[in-house]
Amino acid sequence: MAEELKTVRLVIVGEVDHGKSTLVGRLLYDTNSLAEGKLEALEAISKKRGRAIEWAFALDAFQAERDQGITIDTTTVWFNTKRRQFVLVDAPGHHEFVRNMITGAAESDAALLLIDAGEGIKPQTRRHAMLLYLLGVRQLVVLVNKLDLIDFSEREFARLSGEAQALLAEVGLKANAVIPAAARDGDNIANRSERMAWYAGPTLLESLDGFDPAPTSEALPFRFPVQDTYRVGEKRIYAGRIESGKVAVGDMVLVSPVNRQTRVRSIEVFGAAAPVQHAHAGQSVGLTLDDQVFADRGALFSHVEQAPIETNEIKARIFWLPKSPLVVGQALRMRIGTSEVPAQITEIVTRIRPAGLESGAKSIEQNDLADVRLRLGEVIAIDNYLDLPATGRFALVDISGVVGGGVADLHGVPDQRRLRTQAGTNLTAVAHSVPKDVRNLRNGHRGLVIWLTGLSGAGKSTLGMALERRLFERGYQTYVLDGDNVRRGLNSDLTFSADDRTENIRRVAEVAALFADGGTIAITAFISPFRAGREHARKAAGETNFAEIYVKASLAACEARDPKGLYVKARKGEIRDFTGISADYEEPENADLVVDTEAHDFEQCLEQLFEYVVRQTKV
Amino acid sequence: MDHLDRLESQSIYIFREARALVPRLGMLWSLGKDSNVMVWLARKAFYGKLPFPVMHIDTGRKFPEMYEFRDRYSREWDLDLIVGDCPPVEDMDPTLPPAARSAARKTFGLKRMIAERGFGGIIAGIRRDEESIRAKERIFSPRAVDGEWNFRDQPPEFWNLYHANYPAGVHVRIHPLLQWREIDIWRYIQREKMPIIDLYLARNGKRYRSLGDKDITNPMASEADTIEKIIVELENTRQSERAGRAMDHESEDAFERLRRAGYM
Repeated sequence: MAEELKTVRLVIVGEVDHGKSTLVGRLLYDTNSLAEGKLEALEAISKKRGRAIEWAFALDAFQAERDQGITIDTTTVWFNTKRRQFVLVDAPGHHEFVRNMITGAAESDAALLLIDAGEGIKPQTRRHAMLLYLLGVRQLVVLVNKLDLIDFSEREFARLSGEAQALLAEVGLKANAVIPAAARDGDNIANRSERMAWYAGPTLLESLDGFDPAPTSEALPFRFPVQDTYRVGEKRIYAGRIESGKVAVGDMVLVSPVNRQTRVRSIEVFGAAAPVQHAHAGQSVGLTLDDQVFADRGALFSHVEQAPIETNEIKARIFWLPKSPLVVGQALRMRIGTSEVPAQITEIVTRIRPAGLESGAKSIEQNDLADVRLRLGEVIAIDNYLDLPATGRFALVDISGVVGGGVADLHGVPDQRRLRTQAGTNLTAVAHSVPKDVRNLRNGHRGLVIWLTGLSGAGKSTLGMALERRLFERGYQTYVLDGDNVRRGLNSDLTFSADDRTENIRRVAEVAALFADGGTIAITAFISPFRAGREHARKAAGETNFAEIYVKASLAACEARDPKGLYVKARKGEIRDFTGISADYEEPENADLVVDTEAHDFEQCLEQLFEYVVRQTKV
Repeated sequence: MDHLDRLESQSIYIFREARALVPRLGMLWSLGKDSNVMVWLARKAFYGKLPFPVMHIDTGRKFPEMYEFRDRYSREWDLDLIVGDCPPVEDMDPTLPPAARSAARKTFGLKRMIAERGFGGIIAGIRRDEESIRAKERIFSPRAVDGEWNFRDQPPEFWNLYHANYPAGVHVRIHPLLQWREIDIWRYIQREKMPIIDLYLARNGKRYRSLGDKDITNPMASEADTIEKIIVELENTRQSERAGRAMDHESEDAFERLRRAGYM
């Protein structure tokens, strides 16, 4: 057997109709890689559709692809050059199929970027270049195709080549070569073109020989995401693939995010001739540990030194694939390594589109890239993508499936590991309770009772609900207690008598206090007319966990609004003890905040309230 | 790590992801070289005992050597074997060309078994280099409630972050061998000293390169009567692996129609 050539995974990208599939078909022909009879079949199929030989038919396998002359989904073909064995992925160029281009490019060691000489650089070319960089492809050759369209002009080619190089430099890439070609006729593919005698650089095949397989990550820090645990006999085996680095039996390992240390007892490989002592990046193995640690799928093993960062807030560059835009606060899940946690975008810092960079965007459109901040529902172990690619990149998922992906930028992101370790020490001291600071750290805010008080019709419920919505969208734990949900169960034994109304408020105060203690922003929306009742609520929650908010509007204004028709009924005497009409309302004297719904419009009031809550609940 | 080590590790990784992500898995075992490699890899992934059944969708028209192999190795490899039968060819879409129509029986046998057993995931040993429609496949590939493959709208798949959480009724096909090539399979069989069915080895100047039903599978001219010689043959051939499978060649889109309807 001849010595095996190194295998390189190559993706070919470019705008639709710039001739990718044609080029690949021609490459197969020039490297003698078309299956027997394929050339004849190509001639037959092309003839049937009344076209000259259509190299693209060597690839476009779906009937629809052949009929429409476009590539819908990625395909894979194989060919050899003198020095390399290539697995070539032909990715569709069409805007609608960017998800397929990403699928092909993400697994590639190198890329071939195609530009149509007649069309020049298109927005899609720029998008593809940005995606290649984000996906981690660093080896690149640019082929300017269809030189016949510009009469094989050296000057015109030099201009296009300069533009292409400038574009690549802008996104962080550099081409090994920019090659003028006419793929259909084979110019500068395998053979030097006589029609472009002025070109002194490599042919495409020569330049492909310069590509190498992506370097292995053995020299990087050890990372082992746990896929699963298996019980085999007496052993508990942690199954997974080493994503980077090396490990040996006896090594001390750190299990994140549970933050426990233990030793590797054995490395389990089925059918191994002798006990395995070492394992390295790329290998799928099993590890057993000295101590019983509660690690499951999603845990990440590392060495104690050079551990991953633990955090529930990251910065990232993401791409977004669905037709519907991504908005701040949208509920997503983030899949990183083998773990999956709730996630949401808290801020779009910069939206990156082919046309340029935009700041202050409120949404991310299909196939856009963006630099964002993400808040996660749990603390995870993660690495900076540029340092450790495999554990620094992630997919975004919703109920429909994978909707995007991204790479983490952890510069300036604080490592929460130490904090949590210290908190973890407290954990035993306070008898198995979760300390408040740990809870707050995970939520990203502290708990608080927002006690809205005011006349019927002042706007308490409307404001409370809107506040809840806005807080929730920004990732806050929050809940509204109002007459509807409280009277249904908790207080279903209470009437509207004066005594029972006092008891109603007392119970609401206690429940709200519990919510706040549990880390939630509890919003209550009750008239709560008496100072004594509100003072009791403040005591129940504790001074610092309670905010009395006076939702202020004059009786006249409330009566004019009368959203539920209660004032009319009260005036007719159909409702007894109606606050403001037949019972007193004791205005707050030292409210923490006054929201005047008569003087300001609804949005202003909500903004005022929201800002107050954000300020008061910062960790 | 050499090329085979990388392929092996990747397949084991896929098996373990499937096990962790998909409830009620079943694996197709057609008794061919690929699915035997697949069983071999699964045993490595799960330390000797497969945590899911293997299914032989039996058309009743396989070669006797294949049935012998099945009975022997289902015992030796400690497999939980289920055999499913297929409806008669008369029940199949009459507009399909004859061999494809015959092959379509397997699709129905499989669908019936999925329905009976409530499988959430089916592991199948297809490879991208076998055939150009299979070259478009994902590793985790969702199938609609009716078993159809929506190839025009496949989900993105990148960085080994496989997704398998689909609504009830959708099952996922999992393809652990997708990135292997025919020659990789043989080099691996050789390296691991795996058993094979003798039909793959040349006798009287002919051998089977791919095994299917007796009546729609043809042997090819070959002198390769050892695994070593098969590998040399493959290094030099330009003939396609499935040249002997009649259903691929009856019309331009016969195989596409089969696969869209749920064929492996």
